[in-house]
Order: sequence, then C-alpha cells, then structure tokens
Amino acid sequence: MTGHTSRLSGSGMTLAYDKRVIAENLSVEIPDGSFTVIIGPNACGKSTLLRALARLLKPTAGTVLLDGRDVHSQPTRTVARTLGLLPQSSTAPDGITVAELVARGRYPHQGILRRWSAEDENVVQESMLATGVADLADRHVDELSGGQRQRVWLAMALAQQTPLLLLDEPTTYLDIAHQIEVLDLCAELHERQGRTLVAVLHDLNHAARYATHLIAMRSGRVARSGPPSEVLTAELVEEVFGLPCRVIDDPETGTPLVIPAARRSTGAPV
Amino acid sequence: MTTLERPAVRNRSIGSRVGIRPRAVVVGAVAALGAFVISVFSLGTGDFAIAPADVVTTLFGEGNPAHEFIISELRLPRLVTALAVGAALAAGGAVFQSLVRNPLGSPDMLGVTNGASTAALTVVILGGTSTQLSIAAVAGGLAATLLIQLIAGRALHGFRFILVGIGMAAILTGISGYLLTRGVQMENARALLWLTGSLDGRDWGQAVPMLIVLGVTLPVLLLVCGPGLRMLEMGDDSASALGVPVSLLRNGSLLAAALLVSFAAASAGPVNFVALIAPHLAKRLTRAPGPNLLPSIAVGALLLTGADFIAQHLLEDRALPVGVVTGLVGGAYLVWLLTTERRAGRI
Ligand SMILES: Nc1ncnc2c1ncn2[C@@H]1O[C@H](COP(=O)(O)OP(=O)(O)OP(=O)(O)O)[C@@H](O)[C@H]1O
Ligand SMILES: [Mg+2]
Repeated sequence: MTGHTSRLSGSGMTLAYDKRVIAENLSVEIPDGSFTVIIGPNACGKSTLLRALARLLKPTAGTVLLDGRDVHSQPTRTVARTLGLLPQSSTAPDGITVAELVARGRYPHQGILRRWSAEDENVVQESMLATGVADLADRHVDELSGGQRQRVWLAMALAQQTPLLLLDEPTTYLDIAHQIEVLDLCAELHERQGRTLVAVLHDLNHAARYATHLIAMRSGRVARSGPPSEVLTAELVEEVFGLPCRVIDDPETGTPLVIPAARRSTGAPV
Repeated sequence: MTTLERPAVRNRSIGSRVGIRPRAVVVGAVAALGAFVISVFSLGTGDFAIAPADVVTTLFGEGNPAHEFIISELRLPRLVTALAVGAALAAGGAVFQSLVRNPLGSPDMLGVTNGASTAALTVVILGGTSTQLSIAAVAGGLAATLLIQLIAGRALHGFRFILVGIGMAAILTGISGYLLTRGVQMENARALLWLTGSLDGRDWGQAVPMLIVLGVTLPVLLLVCGPGLRMLEMGDDSASALGVPVSLLRNGSLLAAALLVSFAAASAGPVNFVALIAPHLAKRLTRAPGPNLLPSIAVGALLLTGADFIAQHLLEDRALPVGVVTGLVGGAYLVWLLTTERRAGRI
C-alpha cells in the first residue's frame, strides 16, 4: 500500500480455516470516517473477512494493517481499544443481566487495579439509552426476545467506544422499525462522532441508503467497491447474487433501490 | 429516531450493579463459615475430646499445652490438608468447567485425576516411597492434561476436549486395573486405599506443598485469569474482540487448574466428585455468571471437610476413607443433577 492509507486495510490476504481456503489474495481498504457496508451471498466470506480485520483470524498470507502496523503484532487489548467487533453470534453467559453484559464492553479500558470509573458509568448508560435497552437493565439476557438481545449486544459494542467498529449483521432479528433505528444510530455515530463503521448487511436497499462506501463480495473476492450509486447496479446484483432485478431510484432518498424481478420473468436475456 | 443525547431518566448507577453480586458474597461467606464450624468440631473430636470453645482458644494460641499438642501436631495437619485439597479441587474444577463450557467437564471426568492415579499406582506397585508417589501423581496429572490438550488440538472448548478427556480417563482406568493385577497383596492394599482418596495419617508433609501451590496459583487465577474467564463465556470471538488474549488465558488457566488438581491428588489421592460438584453447587447457589471461583473454593473446602468428618464418624468401629463418602454423595448429586437438567432441557 503506497500513498494514502486508511487506518484499517487488508492486503493480499489468504483466509483459511485449517486447510479450507475461503479467500485468496483478498485486498480491502476501509476509508476513514466511512460507513462501509459489505454485501454478498451467504458463505461468500463476509464474516471471515471481518474476523480477519478484527484480528480473530490470522491470514495465512498477506497482512491486515491497523494504524499502519500489522494488527497481529499488536496486543489484543490495544487493538480492542481501537477496533470493536460485534460478531454474528455470541453466547450470553447464564444468568447475566443486561447491565452486566453491556458493562463488559468496558473490559479493554479496565485493568487489574482500575475497575469502574465515572467514564465507564457514563458510557454504559449512554450506550443503553442509544440502543433503547436502558429499561431492560436488570433483566436477564437469556429471557429477552431475539431483537432485544441483538440491541443489548450492540449496546455492548458501543460501550467499547472504539473509533472503528465492525458489525456483523447488526440488524438480524430486528423488526423493520428497529432495523431502521439501529441503522440511524450507526449513521449518527458515523456522522456526528466521526467513527468509522463497517457493517455486513443483507438488505441491499438498506445498504444503498446508509453506506457511504459499499463492498460487494462473491466467493471470497471483492466483486466491486465504491459509492453505492456506482456499485449497486442490476448487472452487479445479477453477477453477485444471481438474481435478475431492476434498480430504480429510491423515491425517498434517491439512492439505488433493488427490485427483484417477478417470478415469471419476461424471458428477455440479461 | 435515536439520539445519543436523548434527555431521559437515567438508570440507577450501573457501577453498583456490575460488581460482585451480594448473593455470591453471602454464599461464599456461609460456606466458609460452615467449613470453619466443621473444622472446630473435627479438631475437637477423637479419642480425646476437646470442647469447641477450647479448640478455638487453642487455635488462637492460648490453649493449654496438652490441647496444643493434640490439635497442632495430631489433628490440624489432616484438617488443613482437607481444607486445602477441597479448595484446590473446587478451583481446578471451576476453571475446567468454565474453559470447556460444560458443567460435566471436570478434571475427574476428563482423565486429569486418572493421570495422577495411574502414575502414583505405578510407584506404589514398584514399592516407591510416599514422596516419590506424590511427585509421580503431580507429574501424571500434568502429563495427562498436556496429552489431552495436544490430541484435542486448539479446540479447548466444546465437545472435542471432553471426548478426548473421557477417552483418556477410560484408557488410564484400564491401565490402573492392569497395574493392580501385577501388584502383590500388600502393595495392592496400599494402592486401593490410595485410589479411594484418604486423609488418614496426613502430616504437614502433605499439607505444606498443597498450601504453597494454592498460595501461588489462586492469586493468579483470581486476579489475572478470573476477569478473562468471565469474558470467555461469551465465546472466543466476543472475548477476543474485547481484548482478551484468548489462547494465553486458556493455556495459563488450564495449567494452573491442572497443577491444583494434581497436587490435590498427590496429597489426598483421587478424591472423586469434589471438583465436579463444588463449582456446580456454588454456581447454582450464586446464580451468577462466570466461574464463581471464590464461592466454589469455599464450597469445596466445606464439602471435603464435611465428607471427612462424616467418614471418620459414620461407623462406630472404624473410619472410612473420605473418597467413599464423596463418591456416594457426589454420585447421588450427579444423578439428581442429570435428571433435573435433562428435564430442563439443558443437556
Ligand atoms: N469456524 C469455521 N470453520 C470452518 N469453516 C468455516 C468457519 N466459519 C465459516 N466457515 C466457512 O467459511 C465460508 C465463509 O463463511 P462466512 O461465515 O465468512 O460467510 P458469510 O459471508 O458471513 O455468510 P453469511 O451471510 O451466511 O453469514 C463458508 O463456506 C463457511 O462454511
Ligand atoms: Mg456471516
């Protein structure tokens, strides 16, 4: 990487689980201050890419650079203060309450001696308010609905207060109103606080609306990346998802709106 | 519309709710008190009975010389060994169960204790001294842990480690059985008593090494590993993303736990079920997430001193090895546990 480099990038990465190679020679760059959205079909390697960027999976070749240094040469805790990740699935420990779980987001900022500060208190309170789980503070996480639980995990990731935040499908399990609410919250974090966000989303129209930078993946490769209006075309959706569709302007925002073709297509060759 | 600065009624302080739970403190304190009461009684009972009040004054160094001798020289080593072994087994068990994320994944189920037994048995059959036996037990427990870890690969969590461990336990039980067929009668009697787990005739020679190991590993487990182990319950990815050095933490806590369990076996033989049940019981009582190390330790000390007290006084004419009592009580608890957990759909 020469010239301008962003805070987080991966270059020439080979990503594999044991011997099974998921991606080869994969390079991505996350523009600073962007709201980057990754789209792509199931099993194309989106979560694998996020895990590699977040230091959870060591590439067998290539490097991930965070602030100019190999992420794997940095201590976990240092990375965790800069880069947060909300994994696609996590397990809540038995009997944990919402407040306790969200407070765990403060772990990387605490030490053996420094346990709980006024800042921890503020950040946790604010994260819970922002995700709308403040009223649930004393409830047990295993007694919540799927959507409530998802928002609790999001609150935990927010409490980590990292300038870079990777979210793996933050809107799964959420109803349409809560999906928009979470995405609005992300947009707000990105716009007002200048945080860099990377989210994996399955809803292409949400991706088009909220992303400032879009990465479309297909079987371990980046098919295309750039501003949503340039990336999200009918050809790309067909190529990446194998789905015939039309792309029109979203009447609300003017961003691309993907309309899947009706089941009985006109038969016109694409 | 959400906003980060939405003016809203703030929650009661989070800090007051995320520390150690009052319930866990109560459980730990009650168990510790129970262990103390049993200790006083067991120090006072025997061929020469001493009143509880006299036991306490003697413990504080103000008793008469006769009491002083009987308690400090004759009865205290056994009691201290029981307390220390109970605490060590419970701490080791709590760490194992937390690492493999399974309440049944305790070191006595996964072949660690069997490793200690088999090595110790070999020494007994070869006619070795009790010091050699202790060294062999420690080495055997550590070797078994290392072997399970190597075979299971990096996947320390989940079923793989458990399956390899159960296999290891079965193989080592077989080897122990074979060793017993090779021994002559005298040695076999000694071996069988050792295999049951017994506190008979313990002197400071058994108590002190156990205390040293506890003194070294417990602070590390409680202060350094404890917070990380709690995070690890959320899954490797979440823990790692929050800055927990997952493999370092795993290997470190596994080593500490294996040391505790192996030294416990060296001091008292493979006392069954304490490592399985103490952490489980503690967790059930505290209802708190995490390995519940301190409450588990208190419960473990209580269980082992209690079991030893029962073992010594259950039968009029002779004392039983403590392992008989923990085996009976622990087995019953396990059956009860399996049926209730099964009904609750947790296993
Ligand atoms: N822990 C793992 N061990 C082995 N293979 C894995 C593991 N996790 C994922 N894979 C494989 O890697 C490939 C990519 O998986 P990944 O989870 O990155 O997909 P994804 O794009 O996030 O899919 P989805 O949209 O379904 O979440 C899949 O073929 C999957 O089976
Ligand atoms: Mg995924």
